[in-house]
Amino acid sequence: MTKTLLSLSGISKQFDGKTVLDELSLKIDDGEFITLLGPSGCGKTTLLRMMAGFELPDRGTVTLSGMDITQTPPESRPLNTVFQNYALFPHMSVFDNVAYGLKMEKRPKAEIRERVEEALAMVQLEDFARRKPHQLSGGQQQRVAIARAVVKRPKMLLLDEPLSALDYKLRRTMQVELKRLQRELGITFVFVTHDQEEALSMSDRIVVLKDGYIQQLGTPREVYERPANVFTARFVGQTNFFPGRVTAIAGERISVDVFGLNRELSMPSFRVTMNQPLHVLLRPEDIRVLAPDDTEGVAGKIVERNYKGSTLDSVIELEDGSQVMASEFFDEDDPTFDYSIGERVRVSWVDGWEWLLAEEGDEPLTDEEELAADDAEH
Amino acid sequence: MMQSIKQQPFRAAVLVLVWGWLLFLVLAPNMLVVGASVMTRDPATFISLPLNLDAYRQLFNPLYLDVFLASLYMAAMTTLICLLIGYPFAWALSRVEKRRQMLLIFLLIVPFWTNSLVRTYALKLILATNGLLNSALSSLGLIDQPVQLLYTEGAVIVGLVYLLLPFMILPLYSVFEDLRQDVLLASHDLGAGRFATFKNVVVPLTLPGVLAGVMLVLLPAMGLFFVPDILGGSRNLLVGNVIKNQFLDARNWPFGAAASIVLTLCMALLMFAHRLSKRRLGEEGV
Repeated sequence: MTKTLLSLSGISKQFDGKTVLDELSLKIDDGEFITLLGPSGCGKTTLLRMMAGFELPDRGTVTLSGMDITQTPPESRPLNTVFQNYALFPHMSVFDNVAYGLKMEKRPKAEIRERVEEALAMVQLEDFARRKPHQLSGGQQQRVAIARAVVKRPKMLLLDEPLSALDYKLRRTMQVELKRLQRELGITFVFVTHDQEEALSMSDRIVVLKDGYIQQLGTPREVYERPANVFTARFVGQTNFFPGRVTAIAGERISVDVFGLNRELSMPSFRVTMNQPLHVLLRPEDIRVLAPDDTEGVAGKIVERNYKGSTLDSVIELEDGSQVMASEFFDEDDPTFDYSIGERVRVSWVDGWEWLLAEEGDEPLTDEEELAADDAEH
Repeated sequence: MMQSIKQQPFRAAVLVLVWGWLLFLVLAPNMLVVGASVMTRDPATFISLPLNLDAYRQLFNPLYLDVFLASLYMAAMTTLICLLIGYPFAWALSRVEKRRQMLLIFLLIVPFWTNSLVRTYALKLILATNGLLNSALSSLGLIDQPVQLLYTEGAVIVGLVYLLLPFMILPLYSVFEDLRQDVLLASHDLGAGRFATFKNVVVPLTLPGVLAGVMLVLLPAMGLFFVPDILGGSRNLLVGNVIKNQFLDARNWPFGAAASIVLTLCMALLMFAHRLSKRRLGEEGV
């Protein structure tokens, strides 16, 4: 049973004549963890700032629990923000930072003390109340910022790339912690990130944004396994794009020619015609690397191998020069499983694990977008 | 290891230079002033033994106490006006686009290239009875007769503000530059309106700049003797005038020295306050 908590409809915003958001609409459910994911400049931060009230849309409305808050200033919105660089008040102690919002509400002293202590306990910082922000580590400052925002018991917590300044290990810890907090508090979290891995592991739903448009809205699994378009497929996770061409259509099945192989696949959700070019998308873990004398698959040779601990990632160059990424789990029955560079192999995939996309008008991606997507992955 | 040995001569030279400078050009002259202040006035040799505290006792003479208080009033007014103009000015300056900011700061500094004495004379031409301002006002028909602007307290304050305003703006600009926008947004986000944000966040975070500005304006405003000399009609309006007169006209060096030590002590007190305010923000004191 879900109900809409915040809804944005027809939101447009321009900065210096450049369109950042264009006629964007989005409904956020009460209690969900929703992530705005996209490369820098996609409009995700602007969207979050509009929810907080730091930016006003040129057109469109923002409603919270049915009330129009489009023009409401940030101090009157029952939402709180966790800023990218924490934005703690440097002249106040941890206690005073967390108490600030409650003091603004003119709560009685005793209640403030109790609620601040409770919030600090929740982020395990009870013993740091007297410290100044500059005496804390980055991770601790982050916790103070979270405590300061949740102590007001907002209807919604807005998090603007809150983990981007932390190192990898701490980031993983905080991801788990944020999920725990969200479960315990039952508050709706709107989380902005450019890190697709973070988005996949934390969210109930992901909004993939590019150039101010929503590319896809769905669960992490939908976004990863059934990307709506080429951008989403490239931005979220690694993908092999195989060029395919429709050779036969028979009811719910179609035949597609991929690298000279004729594979029978199920009918995609879009309309196909004979000889139509298609993208056959395969994640590296969908690829099977076979022995060179196998009858299936396409011939190629190993050009790169990366030992990843639990998987062996390799790149295979096919005879036409295109490269295929493969990621295989170690096989316990074959302890010698490994490749050497230059080794001849054949490449195939498990039937039914492919995902088909129609070719789009604006392909291929420009270099700039490739770079942005690359940046986001690392 | 090797490197630190190689650097030794350079290090030594720098240290000698810095300490030598401080010793001979700061400490020694000040010690001479302290020395002079406890000696006896002598018409022939300016100062002579025996040592005594007469000069300090003379400071409490109601005549000089009045000058000191009047001077403090003038300096306080100057500082207040500089603060009222400088605070919003510096805030606005810090929000201007970066490249234009550099130009504006450059314009702020350009007047320093002209001697302040010359600039004060220029101000005199503007404020004079038949000066620029009066003729402009009368040609606009706003006044029938020239207004007495020159040789008033107001003229002296205008002069002091004109000369000292950049010293207020620059330290304020530097604290506003450090004032992060997201901290202000955080304050709004947590329920504080404009006034509450100004009072609870902006003022405390810019306080070190305010104190630095006050320090750089208040004391010079008590000492810039040539401003009242030119714009105020040669009255003993500032402590600076008293000190100058004691050394150059009255030839009472011990008293002049004692008066300047009082100013130095005021400065030390302000610096102490500034240090405290910085420490509250968790920064190293100056």
